[in-house]
Amino acid sequence: MNTNGGQALIKSLELEGVEVIFGLPGGAILPVYDPILDSPIRHVLVRHEQGAGHMAEGFAHATGRPGVAMVTSGPGATNIVTPLADAYMDSIPMVVITGQVPLPSIGTDAFQECDTVGITRGVTKHNELVTRAEDIPMAIRQAFHIATTGRPGPVLVDIPKDIVDPRNPASAMNWNWPTDADVSSSMPGYKPTTKGHPKKIKEAAALIAVARKPIIYAGGGILKARAAEALRELAELTGIPVVTTLMARGAFPDDHELCLGMPGMHGNYTAVTSIQKSDLLIALGSRFDDRVTGKLDGFAPDARIIHVDIDPAELGKVRRADVPIVGDCRLVIEEIIKALNALGGPESRMDITPWRQQISAWQELYPLVYEQSIDGDLLKPQYVLEQLRDRSPADTIVASGVGQHQMWTSQYWKFNYPYTWVNSGGLGTMGFSIPAAIGAKVGRPDRTVWAVDGDGCFQMTAQELVTAATERIPVKIALLNNAYLGMVRQWQEMFYGERYSEVYLSPDLPDYVKWAEAMGCVALRVESPDEVGPAIDKANEINDRPVVLEFRTDASEKVFPMVSPGTSNDQIDVGPLQNGLGR
Amino acid sequence: MPPKYHVLSVLVENRAGVLARVSALFARRGYNIYSLAVAPTDDERFSRITVVVDVEQAPLEQVVKQLNKLIHVIKISELDPRDSVERELMLVTVKAPAEVRGQIIELVELFEGRIIDVGRDELALSLDEHPERLDDLEELLRPFGIIDLQRTGRVALPKLERS
Ligand SMILES: Cc1ncc(C[n+]2csc(CCOP(=O)(O)OP(=O)(O)O)c2C)c(N)n1
Ligand SMILES: [Mg+2]
Repeated sequence: MNTNGGQALIKSLELEGVEVIFGLPGGAILPVYDPILDSPIRHVLVRHEQGAGHMAEGFAHATGRPGVAMVTSGPGATNIVTPLADAYMDSIPMVVITGQVPLPSIGTDAFQECDTVGITRGVTKHNELVTRAEDIPMAIRQAFHIATTGRPGPVLVDIPKDIVDPRNPASAMNWNWPTDADVSSSMPGYKPTTKGHPKKIKEAAALIAVARKPIIYAGGGILKARAAEALRELAELTGIPVVTTLMARGAFPDDHELCLGMPGMHGNYTAVTSIQKSDLLIALGSRFDDRVTGKLDGFAPDARIIHVDIDPAELGKVRRADVPIVGDCRLVIEEIIKALNALGGPESRMDITPWRQQISAWQELYPLVYEQSIDGDLLKPQYVLEQLRDRSPADTIVASGVGQHQMWTSQYWKFNYPYTWVNSGGLGTMGFSIPAAIGAKVGRPDRTVWAVDGDGCFQMTAQELVTAATERIPVKIALLNNAYLGMVRQWQEMFYGERYSEVYLSPDLPDYVKWAEAMGCVALRVESPDEVGPAIDKANEINDRPVVLEFRTDASEKVFPMVSPGTSNDQIDVGPLQNGLGR
Repeated sequence: MPPKYHVLSVLVENRAGVLARVSALFARRGYNIYSLAVAPTDDERFSRITVVVDVEQAPLEQVVKQLNKLIHVIKISELDPRDSVERELMLVTVKAPAEVRGQIIELVELFEGRIIDVGRDELALSLDEHPERLDDLEELLRPFGIIDLQRTGRVALPKLERS
């Protein structure tokens, strides 16, 4: 016996290339924290385990590499359930290590025991309780393999204390690092399909060639597959306009003439309408989420569908595809490009100029609009975001919370680079932005990282700014303080007859500036439009500690356009400033 | 047997927690598992789960795809009752006072079942047969007074090619 489970665990993480672990120790995971002292792996000590999970997610979003979090049993494990669910919904590669009570105590209601594997089964791509020290290297190898291949996702490895505690004989083991072949033969049921079926690829190319009104509906899968380049090539080859879903912002540059921006409930008029009127939707790594489709039977009624996804369960789940293709987006797009070229030059495809002209006309008629505030009034959130965008480096990474501020950020930011947008799409987790921004900054220390947060969200995870200050992770927070759970307020205003129930938060309780300062941040309150720019410039210059800018924003501002829940995308409401235009 | 039932044969790794993963996918959608049989195959590394569920075809396809995503699931086939051979085992204890005992024994013989235990006023019997034959015998035994009845859930294999 030449090692023990605890050392083997840390060594396995090192061999998997892990550079940083986000975590917080406790009784059951204590033995694993000891060898961390001697490891080159950086450990970021969080203030709440939810923070560790979202940091791991932010790290993965920004780098494409799996994020790693480590927490103790019981409450440590339950605190990280939300990030697991979040990562599962958004297909984020993440490995979470949880401590567990010693094997002989499992099932006895031991101190800090919970059924971690049972609780997290539905919110992980896979999870595993390891029962023997010598199985640890294989469990870790499998976890990273599963998290990063096929459709990425979170994997949890639950490790009982006795098999990692050197004082316990159950931890003694002989080191053995499984080979790639060992790993794949240990999982006979796991073989993701990455290459698209050649016949389907031909069919897809044929459909593209005859389409008069095609749209590329690009989803988060483009980013997961590192397919942004391939997507651009396909769009430029064919001239087909691209919409980028909330999860795909940045997958295709916003400043590209073919980019139509975000579709969906708060998508812009052109992105929503061009999907509705299309005769061919080329869905690439997107999943026909209800926030994109609106009322399903009114969604893109005349469109044929090409649907490419690495997860076979997505094909036909929501909308039947005329050409379903299982495969990796990058590989499939490259094959489609080849198939299109084999059909011939531009003359082999329909002329889509009239369609492009129609789309340009919509863009001209319905740009995003808002009304600037008059002196003495609260700030317009859209104005703050425009200033933030224009005064920050073009490749800034932006994380956001969940609510109105998230939708405005997605609408108003110009995402010209992939992996610059970090947000909680599928689960819609308030409190995501601060820890996710911290994780992103750890992964990309060379980049400016802004978190755009709401006041409600801020109060859920602000404590991680203490982590950021302590660890010298200089993230910047733009807090849009509208004193409300704004998105809920908007729904109550629009759909519940302005009956505001439990959405008021107060603008100055807490005092965000004092709070941020107490957590080791530089903090400024910004109240008038002319202060906005200078405050942002100042924040962008600070590089040795976190900064919080609190913007006092107008709570009556609503996010438009909006497709009301339960209605068709055709009923898109462009808002009072544009109602009645041209339609 | 529910009207829209489907029989799935799921080949899985023979290890802890697999059954919970499989059944959880039905449970989260509120689908009832009508019957379930699990045992290792001839290869000890694998088990076969035969599950009968009461679901419409479309949602079933989605569940099957989700099942396929489980790391420990190797292969799933839906067994159409017309193209498969199915068996199930039933044990029944039935009231059998002297005056009707002969009738019950006759029934059991007719069904090619077996008497497996004999009490003063009761008989215990077993039948392994097609599930519908079990239904029939159960029906016929009911008037005598069933005391205990236990069925295993069906197991099934595809029918062999004839030509
Ligand atoms: C954890 C969690 N709880 C509740 C919600 C429901 N919800 C969605 S947006 C929102 C309001 C968010 O408020 P704030 O952070 O102030 O953002 P705003 O909408 O005002 O920009 C709420 C409560 C949620 N998404 N997540
Ligand atoms: Mg708010």
